[in-house]
Amino acid sequence: MTEGSLLYLDGVSVSFDGFRALNELSLVLEPGEMRAVIGPNGAGKTTMMDVITGKTRPDTGRVVFGADTDLTKLDEPAIAALGIGRKFQKPTVFEPLSVWDNLLLALAGDRRPRFSLWARETAEERRRIEGILETTCLTEHRARRAADLSHGQKQWLEIGMLLAQEPRLLLVDEPVAGMTDAETAQTAELLREINRTRSVVVVEHDMEFVRALGVKVTVLHEGSVLSEGAIDHVSADPRVIEVYLGR
Amino acid sequence: MRGSAITLAAVLGGAALLAVLNLATGPASSVHVSSFVIGLTGKYLCYAILALAVDLVWGYAGILTLGHAAFFALGGYAMGMYLMREIGARGVYANARIPDFMVFLGWKELPWYWHGFSHFPVALIAAMVVPAILAGVFGWLAFRSRVSGVYLSIITQALTYALMLAFFRNEMGFGGNNGMTDFKDILGLPIGRDSTTVGLMLVTALVLAGAYVASRALVGSRYGKVLVAVRDAESRTRFLGYRPEHYKLVVWVFSAVLAGIAGALYVPQVGIINPSEFAPANSIEAVIWVAVGGRGTLSGAILGAVLVNLGKTWLTGALPEIWLFALGGLFIFVTLFLPRGLIGLLPRRRRAGPIAEESPAAASAAREATG
Repeated sequence: MTEGSLLYLDGVSVSFDGFRALNELSLVLEPGEMRAVIGPNGAGKTTMMDVITGKTRPDTGRVVFGADTDLTKLDEPAIAALGIGRKFQKPTVFEPLSVWDNLLLALAGDRRPRFSLWARETAEERRRIEGILETTCLTEHRARRAADLSHGQKQWLEIGMLLAQEPRLLLVDEPVAGMTDAETAQTAELLREINRTRSVVVVEHDMEFVRALGVKVTVLHEGSVLSEGAIDHVSADPRVIEVYLGR
Repeated sequence: MRGSAITLAAVLGGAALLAVLNLATGPASSVHVSSFVIGLTGKYLCYAILALAVDLVWGYAGILTLGHAAFFALGGYAMGMYLMREIGARGVYANARIPDFMVFLGWKELPWYWHGFSHFPVALIAAMVVPAILAGVFGWLAFRSRVSGVYLSIITQALTYALMLAFFRNEMGFGGNNGMTDFKDILGLPIGRDSTTVGLMLVTALVLAGAYVASRALVGSRYGKVLVAVRDAESRTRFLGYRPEHYKLVVWVFSAVLAGIAGALYVPQVGIINPSEFAPANSIEAVIWVAVGGRGTLSGAILGAVLVNLGKTWLTGALPEIWLFALGGLFIFVTLFLPRGLIGLLPRRRRAGPIAEESPAAASAAREATG
């Protein structure tokens, strides 16, 4: 079952003060796959992201990346270095720095102070930044401070920074929260574009957006998988209807 | 770049001008600068180096240090030990083997850690290495455990307080309560002679200029950009693969070394070092200098250190009892009304503005006008 999987969560449990945020959660992601994870508030979506990126250590269970890397033994920088990028719900860019410098710091490369103290911008780095600026429509804003960008531009800059990291797996938390319909459609398009070369996990509330992505869906409820499959399959599942509409 | 040039010109030009006005004019001249003023200037410049050190960690790494006087005092003690050994047999007890205060305590032999301090280079290296080691160990433990914010500030305060209590003890072998004083000369030059005073002040100005250039380079490098990113969004930098604890440690140790150098320059100019230099209030004062001048600007730290100390010299002479109230009031005023310090009163430079919004026509017109 786990042969050749990119990410494998195996019986992961996390408790906070007696509250079970994740309860024996198991999930398999294939290389190149895009997966949507949905579920009501408190279902454990963000905790799952925290566990994968090393922010939260699970009480029990394993998180295997690639062939045999156990992520539960690593911290955030080490996991990021393996090629797992994370986009937060609220755009977090480095406000006092220029758009260009934000991308420069995100570019895949040596992260140690002994390198960055003496580092000079290379032509290759400039070329890569130019490319990302173009993809994210920020070319003419390159010299502006990130703090001066609009909300939407900050979202794009953060996505640009994720692309600059060149991750193998991208975790995206509620990318369309607070977006207009047009922006939502644009974001779905961008995620599909990114998915051509990388695996993506999208956590989302918005059922319509998930439908627009047209990918395999995992429904979480009370910290474990309630249902999994195509969107039409899970939305017809009586247990999912119960959780979303019932009571 | 222009701001840096102005700062360097002010420091070096100002110091050179004062030196000339001291040496080349007689006391009767209306433009004569007394050696007392030269000595004070040297002291202010030492404080300015300390302020730079504080600004590096507070302004650029977000570490509000309330214990930087500890590194300053350790550098001062290292230099003080050399100056004590320079006294030789000229002390009250005329004992060439050990300093007076050890004779007074009935000690017969020089403690092992005093060996080598009769050599100036040893003292100079110790003034940098001892603060570096202390900062390295302290920072490694604190940053690795992700201690930050007010908790870190309190620990830095505790650090300097603990060192103060330790240095008060006679058994430590650093002169206890009285510390070290009655220095005779430095590198063979008599302390207190006008030319020595001017020389020390000029050396301090040069070191300050060097420290400023080095700090500017540090914060302007890619490392400096990551540092600012860590300051504002530490957890985000982790998810990008950076290790904030390593970034903080580098600037923290560099800053401690600067503070140590400042202390080493300070002691021969004021002629005494005692445990009161570790007093928590000293560290807090250094933070106020930076806040007054403008946090995270480097130039502001230098400006703030010089101006606040000018005010202190004047006020402690005129109305000594109100100095601490004035200092506290100043801090509150700056925090409320000048969050960017005195430097923040200057018009904002262009680089901060949105270049993209500038029309190409205006830009090319400006190029033609200046070119």
